[in-house]
Amino acid sequence: MSTTAGGRFAADQGFLARRLHAWRVWWTMLVICLEERLVYRGDFILGTLMRFLPIVTQVFLWTAVFGATSSGSIAGYSRNDIVAYYLLTMVSRAFSSMPGLAGGIARGIRDGSVKKYLVQPVDYVSYLLAARIAHKLVYYAVAILPFAGVFLFCREYFPPIPDWSTIGVFVISLLLSFLLGFFMEATLGMLGFWFLEVSSIVFAYMLVQYMLSGHMFPLDMLADIPTGIPGLSVAGLVRFLPFEYTAYFPAAVWLGKVQGAELVRSLLVETAWVVVMAVACRIAWWRGTRRYSAFGG
Amino acid sequence: MNRYLSIFATFARVCLVRDMTFRANFILECVTSLGWMAMNLAFYLLVFTFTSEIGRGTGWTKEPFFAFVATGLIINSIVQALFMPSAEELTEMVRTGGLDAVLVQPLDAQFLLSMHRVDFSAFANGLVGVGLLVWAIPRLPHPPSPLALLLYPLLVVCGVAILYSLVIMLAAATIHLGRNQSLYDFWFYLTNFSRYPAEIYSGPWGGPLRALCTFVIPILLVVNVPARVIAQPFTGQAWGMIVGALLAALLSLVLSRWVFQSALAKYRSASS
Repeated sequence: MSTTAGGRFAADQGFLARRLHAWRVWWTMLVICLEERLVYRGDFILGTLMRFLPIVTQVFLWTAVFGATSSGSIAGYSRNDIVAYYLLTMVSRAFSSMPGLAGGIARGIRDGSVKKYLVQPVDYVSYLLAARIAHKLVYYAVAILPFAGVFLFCREYFPPIPDWSTIGVFVISLLLSFLLGFFMEATLGMLGFWFLEVSSIVFAYMLVQYMLSGHMFPLDMLADIPTGIPGLSVAGLVRFLPFEYTAYFPAAVWLGKVQGAELVRSLLVETAWVVVMAVACRIAWWRGTRRYSAFGG
Repeated sequence: MNRYLSIFATFARVCLVRDMTFRANFILECVTSLGWMAMNLAFYLLVFTFTSEIGRGTGWTKEPFFAFVATGLIINSIVQALFMPSAEELTEMVRTGGLDAVLVQPLDAQFLLSMHRVDFSAFANGLVGVGLLVWAIPRLPHPPSPLALLLYPLLVVCGVAILYSLVIMLAAATIHLGRNQSLYDFWFYLTNFSRYPAEIYSGPWGGPLRALCTFVIPILLVVNVPARVIAQPFTGQAWGMIVGALLAALLSLVLSRWVFQSALAKYRSASS
């Protein structure tokens, strides 16, 4: 009896030590990536400020559209709402966009550099996630200045700050959008095991993503456009896809456009999409590495 | 001049042969750029489901606005096809020292560096632009006069010249900085302001922005002047605009030539 208990204790200790080691490896990867990203902080600030420029033209365009219509609201959005919406989608995109992720994975597969992750005791997907978190943390640390400046400058366009529970849901939706964006792009990159060159697939994805995520315009504007299926508008159809969670949804939560049961349903759908894409990413990695023939030196 | 034209024709022929060698890639590039354009057109169609005009009393109703969009497509596709690929290559040439080989050629360096690559797939958007223009012109509330139709190609060339000067000046910045990976980003953000009619820039912020983008960086003249001449009633006021566009094109070309030459004078080879 005592031998069995002792054995279990030793086994538990071994498990704990292994977990601790795994966390330490992950932490080291995170710190290395953080240091790597901080080298380019000047470039980051300039790049972030420039990214607000297209919004300036969109704001003037919508102001002109509102100027020409007699109604003060389009698809439930006032002119101020639209400005606030575009600015908030910038926050969503800061979480969900993954520049270079899919292309980087496919390049690693093509030139053979991915094989070092096959022989090292490091999980590739975890490494990519750590690298991306580091990338994002540095980005937020630097981008918070231009973001705060722009938001402060445009504060009169925003409705009053929502209650704490809405802010909480907003934060959760942003974190989920980060995971969703990561796993969607990582899965696309893993398609490189089958196609080698994924740039055209990534481009097609970006195209669909730009339009259907709500980055281009609030998705509520599609509510009156029929799909041909009775009772289903384009907006209704888009609601089933994962894209809206990477730009539209967090912004709509902050502006109070999604509330009550609809809010809960949307959060559940977003979580489900994260799980589906995480599983898809894992399957693509497992199956891909099995057929991988290690090109390059 | 004839010598330069025949050299350019050779460049274009070589690029066409290369594009046709990788035909699937060429078709894919055409399809992707058409995809972006179709998405933007869909967005404008969506905007017109909520309004009949962009800006009250501006005259930019659906058909004139699509003539404006078509003009933008034509001008941008010419620049993207003829000048952008070479300018992007220059970035790499400065870093690797490949620029040295160009400078010792018995030809004008600016000509060689800005026109040695032609991207034929970029013309796809321009062709759609021409199609859109042909669709829009008979539907315009004020049909363009023969004079407007004559002036239009000239003003399109002016727009191309202004954008070309901008590309050349950004490329000159590459020579100064040693490396400028965000050339394309700068280009995208700057030309973004030329995408819509100038009238949308009004109010306490829009007014100064419009003045800046008209008189300092004449990006607003690029599409607005030819589009206005063809899609809006031709009045006496239009002449001021036309002369302005011609002068802006000429000045931009001279200035960009000067900036590029002084950047080249400061170039220090990177190769051994």
